[in-house]
Amino acid sequence: MRFSALRILQEGLTNNRGWRPHWRDPEPKGEYDIVVIGGGGHGLSTAYYLAKEHGLTNVAVLEKGYLGGGNVGRNTTIVRANYFLPGNSEFYSHSLKLWEGLEQDLNYNVMHSQRGLINLFHSDGQRDAFARRGNAMENQGDDAELLDREGVRRHLPYLDFDNVRFPIYGGLLHRRGGTARHDAVAWGYARGASDRGVDIIQNCEVTGIDIANGKVRGVQTTRGAIRAKKVAIVVAGRSGQVAAMAGMRLPIESHVLQAFVTEGLKPVIDHVVSFGMGHFYISQSDKGGLVFGGDLDFYPSYAQRGNLPMVEHVMEAAMTLMPMIGKAKVLRSWGGIMDMTPDGSPIIDKTDTEGLFLDCGWCYGGFKAVPGSGFSFAHLIATGEHHAPAARFRLDRFRTGVGLMDEEGTGAQHNLH
Amino acid sequence: MRLSCPICGERDRREFYYGGAALERPAPDAGAADWDEYIHLRENPAGRSRELWFHETGCTAWLVVERNTVTHEVYGVALAAGGR
Repeated sequence: MRFSALRILQEGLTNNRGWRPHWRDPEPKGEYDIVVIGGGGHGLSTAYYLAKEHGLTNVAVLEKGYLGGGNVGRNTTIVRANYFLPGNSEFYSHSLKLWEGLEQDLNYNVMHSQRGLINLFHSDGQRDAFARRGNAMENQGDDAELLDREGVRRHLPYLDFDNVRFPIYGGLLHRRGGTARHDAVAWGYARGASDRGVDIIQNCEVTGIDIANGKVRGVQTTRGAIRAKKVAIVVAGRSGQVAAMAGMRLPIESHVLQAFVTEGLKPVIDHVVSFGMGHFYISQSDKGGLVFGGDLDFYPSYAQRGNLPMVEHVMEAAMTLMPMIGKAKVLRSWGGIMDMTPDGSPIIDKTDTEGLFLDCGWCYGGFKAVPGSGFSFAHLIATGEHHAPAARFRLDRFRTGVGLMDEEGTGAQHNLH
Repeated sequence: MRLSCPICGERDRREFYYGGAALERPAPDAGAADWDEYIHLRENPAGRSRELWFHETGCTAWLVVERNTVTHEVYGVALAAGGR
């Protein structure tokens, strides 16, 4: 079923009877070549690229809940390629390029809006740091412009420029950064994978991983045992529990990140605005709500909700930055489960068990990585070789101390990244 | 969210700083594997957990908090013997 304007017209004229579910809902088979544990953004994109890039379609995605109910359904929708360190820089650059072709590739409207992202700075030192970051972005082949105070004012006239604590000195503008509709990304990848023959099995929780003689044999699930030659774990905040089924302990601590949305408003915020010093970021969805968030709550949690101290902190940051927001009513708050690593950077790697692969550690930055992670993880699973843009995302970098990617520069404390 | 500091009583979460999982610190000469495990690897439980919290804007005691990471129920708070 191909989407097009003509199709919408035809269906509209014939009572909309031709639309079909966007993915099949098959019973799980007893055996697949590859089982992907986790039906979130990264799991679905992995399955899609296994099928599309590598012709591997005897694949099942096992999702314990409903498709896209995890972090892919809970994030603040930001898509960008403005990372600094080698290892991260080339990966997110590749992911953004995939984003730019995604809607055509998937034949699905994911509402990818490259509206521009501005990182604000508030001192000379920060300006220099952002100039350095912008240069790194340009070296990577991505775009960056350093704006002075008046440059920011032309884009974001509603900010409190003369705030005593955080006066605005300028900002780093990343024009190709922006937002996308997170649910549609999950659905588009699910449809693409399903159309190519991948079985997406929802309400199927993996309860065990079968390993014999150092090689993976399959999984046990709430819907029966499934044999597999390769098993790929990609479950974000649940990585600890699933990896434990394979006898592994991971460098992951799961934390809650809250997010918020206001009532629908007329267009008022045209960019993604990142107020790093206030730990606050905001954009406006096409439905009109202001989507915003801040820091982790900083204690481990699987509750998918946080507590009021961080709510207050985020609201204070919002009011500090753009006092006009005080008139908007906050409609809803929620949380996700962030798989935090000791350096804040992700893991896409093999494990010590033959045929068992791991993709995790995206902390709170996994949404923008959905295409790149799936592409690189599929490459690793299919070929056994690391994909160049993701080649540094090694599991053993913490043990060896080699190749750490500590963007925040805060050292080995999981919740400080 | 509140924690009952044994010294100060029940206080708001804002007075405390989460200091990581409550693990047994290895001896300095324990070897790379033990130190890697201590610094990086985590059980990361969904359920009952044992954590270190620092009463930063209170008495500055280090506390061991037993807490449920799914429900946020606090089972108990005790002074961490000898700190970290």
